[in-house]
Amino acid sequence: MYGFEALTFNIHGGYLEAIVRGHRGGLLTAVDYNNLCQCETLDDIKMHLSATEYGPYLQNEPSPLRTTTIVEKCTQKLVDEYKHMLTQATEPLSTFLEYITYGHMIDNIVLIVTGTLHERDVHELLEKCHPLGMFESIATLAVAQNMRELYRLVLVDTPLAPYFSECITSEDLDEMNIEIMRNTLYKAYLEDFYKFCKKLGGATSEIMCDLLSFEADRRAVNISINSIGTELTRDDRRKLFSNFGLLYPYGHEELALCEDFDQVRGVMEKYPTYNLIFAKLSYGESQMLDKAFYEEEVKRLCLAFEQQFHYAVFFAYVRLREQEIRNLMWISECVAQNQKSRIHDGIVYIF
Amino acid sequence: MDLFRSEDMNLAQLIIPVESAHHAMTYLGELGLFQFKDLNSDKSPFQRAYAKQVKRCGEMLRKVRFLKDQLAKAGIPVSKGTLTSKEIDIDELEVKLTELEIELTSINSSSDILMRSYSELLEFQLVLQKAGMFFYSVQSNARAQQRELEESSSFRVEESIESPLLLEQEMLKEPSKQARLGFIAGLVAKSKAPAFERILFRATRGNVLLEQVPVEEPVLDPATGEKMEKIVFLVFFSGERAKLKIMKICEAFGANKYPFPEDAGKQAQMLDEVSARLLELKATIDAGNRHRDNVLSSIASDIELWDSTVKREKAVNHTLNMLSVDVTRKCLVGEGWCPVSAEPQIQDALQRAAYESNSQVVTIFQVIKTKEMPPTYFKTNKFNGAFQDIVDAYGIARYKEVNPAVFTIVTFPFLFAVMFGDWGHGICLLLAVLWLLFNEKKYSSQKLGDIMSMAFSGRYVILLMSIFSIYTGLIYNEFFSVPFPIFGSSAYYCSDSTCSTAYTTGLVKTQSAPYVFGVDPVWHGSSTELTFLNSLKMKMSILIGVAQMNLGIFLSLCNGLYFKNDLNIWYQFVPQIIFLNALFGYLSILIIVKWCTGATADLYHVMIYMFLSPTADLDANQLFPGQKYLQITLLLLALVAIPWMLFPKPLILRSRHIKESQGHTYNMLRDSEHDIVDLDHENDETDQEEFEFSEVFVHQMIHAIEFVLGAVSNTASYLRLWALSLAHSELSSVFYDKVLVLTWGYQNVIIIIIGFIIFAFATIGVLLCMETLSAFLHALRLHWVEFQNKFYEGVGYKFSPYSFATMDEEE
Repeated sequence: MYGFEALTFNIHGGYLEAIVRGHRGGLLTAVDYNNLCQCETLDDIKMHLSATEYGPYLQNEPSPLRTTTIVEKCTQKLVDEYKHMLTQATEPLSTFLEYITYGHMIDNIVLIVTGTLHERDVHELLEKCHPLGMFESIATLAVAQNMRELYRLVLVDTPLAPYFSECITSEDLDEMNIEIMRNTLYKAYLEDFYKFCKKLGGATSEIMCDLLSFEADRRAVNISINSIGTELTRDDRRKLFSNFGLLYPYGHEELALCEDFDQVRGVMEKYPTYNLIFAKLSYGESQMLDKAFYEEEVKRLCLAFEQQFHYAVFFAYVRLREQEIRNLMWISECVAQNQKSRIHDGIVYIF
Repeated sequence: MDLFRSEDMNLAQLIIPVESAHHAMTYLGELGLFQFKDLNSDKSPFQRAYAKQVKRCGEMLRKVRFLKDQLAKAGIPVSKGTLTSKEIDIDELEVKLTELEIELTSINSSSDILMRSYSELLEFQLVLQKAGMFFYSVQSNARAQQRELEESSSFRVEESIESPLLLEQEMLKEPSKQARLGFIAGLVAKSKAPAFERILFRATRGNVLLEQVPVEEPVLDPATGEKMEKIVFLVFFSGERAKLKIMKICEAFGANKYPFPEDAGKQAQMLDEVSARLLELKATIDAGNRHRDNVLSSIASDIELWDSTVKREKAVNHTLNMLSVDVTRKCLVGEGWCPVSAEPQIQDALQRAAYESNSQVVTIFQVIKTKEMPPTYFKTNKFNGAFQDIVDAYGIARYKEVNPAVFTIVTFPFLFAVMFGDWGHGICLLLAVLWLLFNEKKYSSQKLGDIMSMAFSGRYVILLMSIFSIYTGLIYNEFFSVPFPIFGSSAYYCSDSTCSTAYTTGLVKTQSAPYVFGVDPVWHGSSTELTFLNSLKMKMSILIGVAQMNLGIFLSLCNGLYFKNDLNIWYQFVPQIIFLNALFGYLSILIIVKWCTGATADLYHVMIYMFLSPTADLDANQLFPGQKYLQITLLLLALVAIPWMLFPKPLILRSRHIKESQGHTYNMLRDSEHDIVDLDHENDETDQEEFEFSEVFVHQMIHAIEFVLGAVSNTASYLRLWALSLAHSELSSVFYDKVLVLTWGYQNVIIIIIGFIIFAFATIGVLLCMETLSAFLHALRLHWVEFQNKFYEGVGYKFSPYSFATMDEEE
């Protein structure tokens, strides 16, 4: 019921919304980043982080730190918070929260399948998986030889099963296939999530659909850019785009035809929102595109907190925390490898 | 009257030579009377001079935590007590901690390896037992079947039962199909078993036989070292590809596979071997554990000492980080607040530090003049601390402001008792708090629960509250709502049998004097009881309220005199006291006059018509001659007081400001140097605050309106004293009449006991707990709002010295 969420939202969602807003208050600010950027060693970073909400997670780490430990512990905090919220949540918020993790599940599946293709140790691969995207039988993925087996053996039990309907083939798995599988899955996932949010209605659908559209458009652009110069046909490329978003459907047709980055840029500049992003980049420069997109995303995610009584804050919080962890990883890497001059290139300031 | 105004504070500068800085900080921390200002707030924590030491302490704390963790795991109690008995060198401690950590980690890792192989063997043993049992039962089944077959027909089955199971049978039956039937035995976690089975089924398309036997007791998992519920499984399959798949699935599920011989004889042999090795391992592990326990128990007595030493060291370095380093790097400069009375102690501590570190230069301690507002510091003890906390919860007093806590010590329990007047309940409360007081030593050293610690920290408040409520209970003459003629018999006697329902006319006064102390017990139970008590308590509430508000206004005079703020005295205090007393002070006097003379005047009428038609005659409501003219005078005074409060102060402030700015323009023309210096000084002050007339005026208007309206509403607010006291006595009489007296009437022991239990629980739960709480909250409100808003600004900040003692408490 649009406009009436305020009346009933707090019955089930009030506590968790308060929790998530509290967590958001713990996100690092520009001042924190400035201080972190001045760190000389990883121990300095630890010392600074111990004054933030990450403190309890890092305090028991013995001193020669590694970047991976920092990232791992910071992720652990996010996972703990997420699990706490998930256990407290009722329907439909719990389903919504689960939807947030499906993206990580897809990434994890792809990671393990690719890893086994290259005959890497499964346990080593499992450690690299994002803990939010873990599911019970994830390790069994290594058994599968092709898409059909993958589906039949493992994925049929996971929430991702319906998304597989479009990509079941008996072909053996190879790099290209996996990448196509990832994108098909993502497409199905985003569409499903989009539909689910539409069904929820109210401010949730309004904000979430906007955020998801942005996500879908970003993926479409990335797919277009990455598939330039590969064997992927135009029709196949077109099939990987999610069927919603600002670019749908005309932008998709045009993107499918693009042959180089400047053509993509030409297509995107027709859309005022994306025009601003591309305006920041000079011609022919595609490396900075990711950061530009991240910055735009963070801006939109922060705006989600401006409204009350909707679920998008949970999505936004998890995404912002992930961005923060990416920032921390970048800073730690720069500090560890003595590349302090590049430290500002990778940080997406959240506040 | 130490508590009346906060301690004198000085902003002091310390110039400490680097070599004695550490000692100085340690002594100052032990003294705990110096609040350092952070002079490096623009620097991030790791850029400061002592960041390395802080980091080092953090690392040591981590090691201490690790050791504590190990102690807790091994179940060795940590002994406390010998704190601060000896000094420990921090460098030695660091070396020691590092050694211990390395030693323990190596012990742990070796024992982990041992434990791992131990639990692996244990699992293997389980597999041998369980799977062996399964094979045995299948074999005996098969044998029985064969016997049946032999008996039922002459057809002889070729193969012998003794030969290993299934495998050969299959092969013999279908020799054409050369599929080898193999099996894998192992253990898998119980929670994963269904999924494991499902995946096995799917992966092999059902061409698999899974046999599972649950293990009764949780087993140690070799990989994680945790106890888990597990099952032993046996998978039978055919073909190499299936085997590969199953192996992979086993790996993915974290199932431990074990080689399992088919031959029964071999099984027995392996079982023996495994048992023997288990025994050996057990002995080794025990020896390892004993070694570890020895190491741990040797540190158990010291660990707390180390912990506090490292924490202090960290605090010292943390404070050192707040000092700014001199350009020459020879000394540290610190600034901070300290009470004037503590200056000798601080200087003494600094001297000791300089002496002990053999420093040539003494630490320089000098007082700096400042306009900054000093922190507020009250020296409290365990008795008045709780009362100070009540006031502090509203706001910390401005430096040198009158401290309402002094009056709160008496007025707070008194107002509480007015609402809680029952000497029976008072005695219960007193007993409870006396128990707390007798166990004070025990409780203050241990950690208490939330509610308990709250009650314990407010024990002296509760003590006074209970004593005062015994007193007011005696005045109200209530003991669990039963009146007692303690102070002689009633001053009345019944003229006829309708006494209990009679009005005052039914009672005849026997003694000329009124009842000696408190309320005459005869009122209790009469139909006029409520009318009488309400009138009494209502008037009493107004008297108490007006008295307390007057006290509040007089305290604002104290503030005005102390801070030499003439404006506040003449244009705030004087009109306020006139306004309040012209209206409600007058009402109080009327009440007392009415009590003394026994007049029947209607005070409501008097008060209301004093406003509505002040010139009208009072007729029967006149209490004393000339009352009408007095009233008109008072009303005029009150009316004059309102603009008096409102206009002069902002206007005078404005004219002062204008004069000052004029003086600023012309000050160069004056020749007296002294004047110029003075003026400069004043200008400094005024420059800090921009003078905005409209703002000042609006502010004053709000204050005046608040006071005028507040005078009415606050007086009305004091009526809560009556309301709460009424509610309390009514509730307790309901519990007494409707529960205890009612059940008493049944003359049945069981019913009486039940009735008494209900009465006791209702009294404890509702009257002693909830009523105490509500009366407490109302007393709190009366203090915070009605009393303190007359004079208390509460915009100061608390003196929070750098001290080891408070640091230890926070832990």
